Amino acid sequence: MRYSIFNLMRQALTGHRGWGPAWRDASPKPAYDIIVIGGGGHGLATAHYLAKVHGIAKVAVLEKGWIGSGNAGRNTTIIRSNYLLAGNNPFYELSMKLWEGLEQDLNYNTMVSQRGVLNLYHSDAQRDAYVRRGNAMRMHGVDAELLDAAAVARMLPFLDFANARFPIQGGLLQRRGGTARHDAVVWGYARAASERGVDIIQNCEVTDFIRQNGRIAGVQTTRGAIRAGKIGMAVAGNTSRVAHMAGLKLPIESHVLQAFVSEAIKPFIPGVVTFGAGHFYLSQSDKGGLVFGGDLDGYNSYAQRGNLPTVEDVCEGGMSLIPAIGRVRMLRSWGGIMDMSMDGSPIIDRTPLDGLYLNAGWCYGGFKATPASGWCFAHLLARDEPHDVARAYRLDRFARGHLLDEKGVGAQPNLH
Amino acid sequence: MRIQCPFCGERDLSEFVYHGDAGVVRPDPHAADAPARFFDEVYLRSNPAGPHEELWYHGSGCRSWLRVRRNTRTHEILSVAFANAGFARMGME
Repeated sequence: MRYSIFNLMRQALTGHRGWGPAWRDASPKPAYDIIVIGGGGHGLATAHYLAKVHGIAKVAVLEKGWIGSGNAGRNTTIIRSNYLLAGNNPFYELSMKLWEGLEQDLNYNTMVSQRGVLNLYHSDAQRDAYVRRGNAMRMHGVDAELLDAAAVARMLPFLDFANARFPIQGGLLQRRGGTARHDAVVWGYARAASERGVDIIQNCEVTDFIRQNGRIAGVQTTRGAIRAGKIGMAVAGNTSRVAHMAGLKLPIESHVLQAFVSEAIKPFIPGVVTFGAGHFYLSQSDKGGLVFGGDLDGYNSYAQRGNLPTVEDVCEGGMSLIPAIGRVRMLRSWGGIMDMSMDGSPIIDRTPLDGLYLNAGWCYGGFKATPASGWCFAHLLARDEPHDVARAYRLDRFARGHLLDEKGVGAQPNLH
Repeated sequence: MRIQCPFCGERDLSEFVYHGDAGVVRPDPHAADAPARFFDEVYLRSNPAGPHEELWYHGSGCRSWLRVRRNTRTHEILSVAFANAGFARMGME
């Protein structure tokens, strides 16, 4: 049923007993045109665009747990397209444009809220780097504004501007950045894909690949064998494990990233703020909780939980930036498993194995990329050629030396 | 997570720096297939879910390089030894 004011009023008159399930919990069929492994945001977005843009509806999304139970529900919900490199910026800007029309496209309230993303700078060198990034963004047609300290103080008067070590000199603002509701994104894509005939199959873990005539022809799962012409992996966090079943070794390490939420307080932070002198970023959820995070723990992990030194480090960053948050109690913390690639950028490409396609390496920037990742992966799966804005995300770029290292730290996955 | 340093005893994680997969070996630069081997060394990782051999540097302690076997699913430390085997022979372990 379409969500609209008229249907809402009609249901209100009958006690809201007429709403059906948002999407169909399907059982696996023996074969599909395309299987997408991974029922997170990226996998479901891929299925949605396969059905909607490319007209391929014999698609199954296989999820080992329940949809959105991995990183799609563990991120800090930030959306932005403030990238420097020419290989990255148009991709993330496509994502931002898709975010801007997502609710109409999906007929689902994904709570996209463009209240701005502000990256603070604390030194002359950092200002120069932000000027360069802002100019690169504007040359790609993306909005960017450089604010001085006075302008930042008008927006966020409670920051510690006079910090002795890291005085705030200003910030780079992308007004179109902001946040979206992550669970709603998952359910919105699931509902839209399901309505177009995509089978969303939960509790269906891939245990092996089926090979036939030198190509990948299907998967063995905990719910039986399923065959398909093409198989796409969108299992960031567990990419190495799934790729291992196909005999592939990838330029990826899995690392744990922690995130935190405080008790709910009255409106405090208008958008997203990042501390430039350490790694700390902060926004406020609609429920009022301050949502924040910082660095990776820094060691390989599949544990979905981190350790206390990182908790302390993140909170120190927060206290340096906003001493007032010391009065707010932390409510929860959790960890997600990040697909850290060797240059900090993702991979959307064919694999060396015919029939197997890869969507991976999202590091800790996967949420904002969800719509464009699905759009470009669907394009690759449907047409066997990379989408224009994802041409830099090739798997062989490491061997060719064409790295896409936004941060410039080299092949150290725990530093990206 | 605490690591049992063979020299200092059990110490907090914050004293250590992680240096990744201990199985990565620098190839012979004169080998015929050196470029492919260097690509493997620099970029490819087995990234297992389970026991993982890795290097840690005890930077805020004795400054030893340690070879740690750790379960990446649970963070349980399975074994710790000096990365430099010569150290063990000197009776430090």
